[in-house]
Amino acid sequence: MALLRRPLLLLLLIVTHQFLQFRIAFGSVNEEGLKQEEFYEELLLKPFPDRKLLTHFHFQSSAPPSTSNGHHHHLFPKAISQLVLKFQVKEMELSFTQGRWNYESWGGFDPIPSSNAKPPGVELWAVFGAPQHLIDALWKNLTHTLSGLFCASINFLESSTAYSAPEWSFPPASGKLRYGTLPREAVCTENLTPWLKLLPCRDKAGISMLLDRPSIYRGFYHSQRLHLISTGSGSEGMDPGIILEQTLTVVLQPDSQRASLAHASEKHIQPRWSLSSIFGKRISGRCVLAETSNVYFLLDRGLVAELEHIHKENVLISEKFWTNPSFELSAKPDRIFIEESRLLSKNASVLYKFEIEKYSESEPFDLGLFWKTPVVWLCQQAPLHASRFLMGSGNERGAIAISLKSTQSSEAFMGSNSNDERCELRVDVFQVVPWYVKVYFHSLQVFVDQQPKAVSDIIEKIHVSPSKDKVSPGVMELVLTLPCSVSSAVLTIEFDKGFLHIDEYPPDANQGFDIPSAIVSFPNFHARMVFLENDSLNKSPLLSKFQEKSPVMSYTEVLLVPLTTPDFSMPYNVITITCTVFALYFGSLLNALRRRVAEEERFLKDKAAKKMGRIPLLLTKLFAKLRGRHLEGPQAPPASSSFINSKSVLKVILIAGLAACWQYYFS
Amino acid sequence: MEKLKKKIGSFSFWNWVIASIIFRLILIYFPKNLNLSSRPEVSTPLTSFRRLAEGYWLKQSSMSSYAGSMYHGSPLLLSLLGPLTVKRIEGQPNHLLYSLVSVIADVVSAMLIRATGQNLRLAYLRSLESLDLVKQIDVSEFLFSGDIAALIYLCNPFTIVACVGLSTSPIENMAVILCLYGACSRLIPLAAFGWVIATHLSLYPAILIIPVIFLLGCGPDSPPRKLFLQRHQQKEVLNQLKLPPGFSWGPIIHFAFWAFLWSVYVLVLCGISLKQFGGLWEMFKSTYGFILTVEDLSPNIGVLWYFFAEVFEFFRNFFLIVFHVNILFMILPLSIRLRHRPCYLAFVYVAICSMLKSYPSVGDSALYLGLLGWFVNELADMQFSLFLFCGYVGVSLLSPVMHNLWIWRGTGNANFYFTTAMVYACLQIVLVVEGVSAVLNHDRKLRILITGKP
Repeated sequence: MALLRRPLLLLLLIVTHQFLQFRIAFGSVNEEGLKQEEFYEELLLKPFPDRKLLTHFHFQSSAPPSTSNGHHHHLFPKAISQLVLKFQVKEMELSFTQGRWNYESWGGFDPIPSSNAKPPGVELWAVFGAPQHLIDALWKNLTHTLSGLFCASINFLESSTAYSAPEWSFPPASGKLRYGTLPREAVCTENLTPWLKLLPCRDKAGISMLLDRPSIYRGFYHSQRLHLISTGSGSEGMDPGIILEQTLTVVLQPDSQRASLAHASEKHIQPRWSLSSIFGKRISGRCVLAETSNVYFLLDRGLVAELEHIHKENVLISEKFWTNPSFELSAKPDRIFIEESRLLSKNASVLYKFEIEKYSESEPFDLGLFWKTPVVWLCQQAPLHASRFLMGSGNERGAIAISLKSTQSSEAFMGSNSNDERCELRVDVFQVVPWYVKVYFHSLQVFVDQQPKAVSDIIEKIHVSPSKDKVSPGVMELVLTLPCSVSSAVLTIEFDKGFLHIDEYPPDANQGFDIPSAIVSFPNFHARMVFLENDSLNKSPLLSKFQEKSPVMSYTEVLLVPLTTPDFSMPYNVITITCTVFALYFGSLLNALRRRVAEEERFLKDKAAKKMGRIPLLLTKLFAKLRGRHLEGPQAPPASSSFINSKSVLKVILIAGLAACWQYYFS
Repeated sequence: MEKLKKKIGSFSFWNWVIASIIFRLILIYFPKNLNLSSRPEVSTPLTSFRRLAEGYWLKQSSMSSYAGSMYHGSPLLLSLLGPLTVKRIEGQPNHLLYSLVSVIADVVSAMLIRATGQNLRLAYLRSLESLDLVKQIDVSEFLFSGDIAALIYLCNPFTIVACVGLSTSPIENMAVILCLYGACSRLIPLAAFGWVIATHLSLYPAILIIPVIFLLGCGPDSPPRKLFLQRHQQKEVLNQLKLPPGFSWGPIIHFAFWAFLWSVYVLVLCGISLKQFGGLWEMFKSTYGFILTVEDLSPNIGVLWYFFAEVFEFFRNFFLIVFHVNILFMILPLSIRLRHRPCYLAFVYVAICSMLKSYPSVGDSALYLGLLGWFVNELADMQFSLFLFCGYVGVSLLSPVMHNLWIWRGTGNANFYFTTAMVYACLQIVLVVEGVSAVLNHDRKLRILITGKP
């Protein structure tokens, strides 16, 4: 194995060497004063209380606004810059997610869950810089382009039933935003490969080397995200600067087999892990094209508080911080950051920084963690835990309920806020429903602490755009103001299930249809982590991302609504039977109206004979003959039935003879 | 003797009326109205109470009530009935006021049916008298068709269900009946009002203009004019007074004027209420357009929903045209053959519409079954009446069962429910066809009595 790896490594060394040379060349070009294109790669590791591990890859490429760089980039992916130019995208985010972020045990307050926890499937939103009437066309083209770029069926977002234009509840609110989700999109490696292609080193060097497909897709949750912002060009004729942020968030379960084998008592101890045990690979040096290449290890507030509580001293930042009584890190961190906490009473989280630059192929970087004592802690939760469920049975109607339950941490927040004279908690809810779920907005009900409340008391602001059949989905945006002491709030809204045309059902119609996740955000709370020693932070996009003030957001579950299906095998039967009934109606009614009884017939005939001359009489007789003697009236049939029978028999024989001749002649 | 009979009759009539009203009130006080308001038989997308409430909510939150595809009714109905959908009285059922309005509409319709029925009966007796057939036909056996029709309308389970199920069909039916009543009693402005409102609410009553013209032009139902002429020829006395009056254009021009006036009035009112949002075009698109294009495929007691859910998209427009033209095709033959019986013609038109309309409900059936009561004397010899009665009972019992099996239990499929809809359509076809031939036979019988020929 080792023998095999040698030549590979050698090859890689040569390649990286060449890259290095290139880079030097670029550097000289960019000396002229123009800002150059930059690329950063970072990895954040964070243990979770439920023995899982968060690995958060963060890659950022940026292209500055320029006149000449428009069509030629050194590092920045050309496909993305063309896309931004062509569709005038101001800001865009595309995420592919599998699994559901567990807000209860993985937390919901940090910057990572509020910006990287995404709904299952594909979520795409984009803000355009074009005039209002062009936006829908741009969106449609954008979905097709992305669909080709990422090998996914994003083009289904093209249809106007699939996307919506939120007015204000979605965070980067503006009239030029379009938002769409595909909850059922399966995410797999064919989506990851094109995503990796956008990185300058792909997965051949640097941190992205760790991206071993089997271990990523074995995880409990993974979400690959692409977020781009185009900074408006300074002057006319200049191409906009673009910042492309690619993140991959994976929640993994470190192999706990060894722990269970070793000791029964070790069951309570968090599992030991290392990068090589999780991904089966080590980082052998940085991507040479990257400005910085760092790995961070984050201990969140709850964990730090717990550790300090156990050891009664501030061990984490002491001299021998990386081998303290609770855990042991296999590598020595280069730096430690402590969060600048707003609440002095609370503990601050601690961040260890490892610089990959120092490691090389001969000495690859492998971070491991070994717990010595059992630790139990809680991640910081969003003020309210949002979940959503369906009510009712049967396939005719139902109700959607969004329930908000207060979490432990929120009480602490409330406590700190309670000195305000009237403490209120603002919650924004954004909900899109497909058109076949016909929501009755007048049936919106609010229950606070199990007590029904008047809608106008709780809902401060509401914006609704009702669904149009086969044209647009229904959008509901709400601003709730809840008292801080609230322990639970439930919103219910009734709906009727629509009936679709057979062509509109997907191939697996009986599986049901998905209602996309609702977005619940708390604009008064900001997920933000500010770390001390700010001097080096400018160089780390991940940490500067943490410092941004972004509202706490969480997604609810995707709902599966079973819809009634017609019989898919029946179209011909239904068409023929229905048409038969209509023919029955038409024919029999016309017959009833047309029918004349015997004496009427005779009367008419007499009248005709009196009035008309010889020739017309003959004509009428001829017509009567042609019509099969129908005009003779119903008196005739019983008498002439045998005659008609013999005549019809003759006819049948004649036709049969003709047919036989025909057959004979042609064969 | 006659008076006594009449007295007893009318006494029991009022008893029945009160009983049916009390029965409705009892049903209203059941919790949640027995969920009748969400039954597919009662609430179609056009008549649904919940959609009305949604439209009113949208209007209240300063949006067009036609935003989204929930509400498809008239803006006037929204302004009149909308406030009742939210008004609640403490300790009373939720929609008491709205239910009371439906009950009142039903009672008013029944009274108008009764008055029209009496009118028709008198006209019929008069024409028999002028034909000197009073001796041959035992007039004392003639039933009070007005009372019977009113009672059929009031006590019909279909009417009760439509009334308690909070659908808007009692109001629509009332407009139709108002139109016929006005035409029968020659209250031309009333007839024009009824016709305009009925057309505005549900489009199909537009074809009632033909019976109304006949009613105004030649008066209510009578045997064919030819018979009178024959009778006079026989008797060799040409007493013009005894002949029914010919067709007169005066009242029709009068009617056209009033109809124009009312429709302008209605359109102006609608235009005012929809001024901010799209105006009248929006209204026509989401009311008449919705009716004609059969956009909503949710199950109802008609056959079109399943047909258009299954038919290939390519043929959709063709079949839409075919089905709607089916109604129009029958207008001419029927009006030629039944022109001397305009009320009966109106009944046949209403029945055909309720059978072929895009979103039929039991409220529509209730209307034509009520009108059927006017012609008990003429339809005495109708065939298959027992079969039809049993069929109606059977379908109205089986249809909810099949719906339950399909939608709620998931053990049946759509074909089960569609079959009952199919059977129901066939029953209505048999009713219409047999009814028409029975009336034609009745006229024949009269002629035989006159001419004496077999």
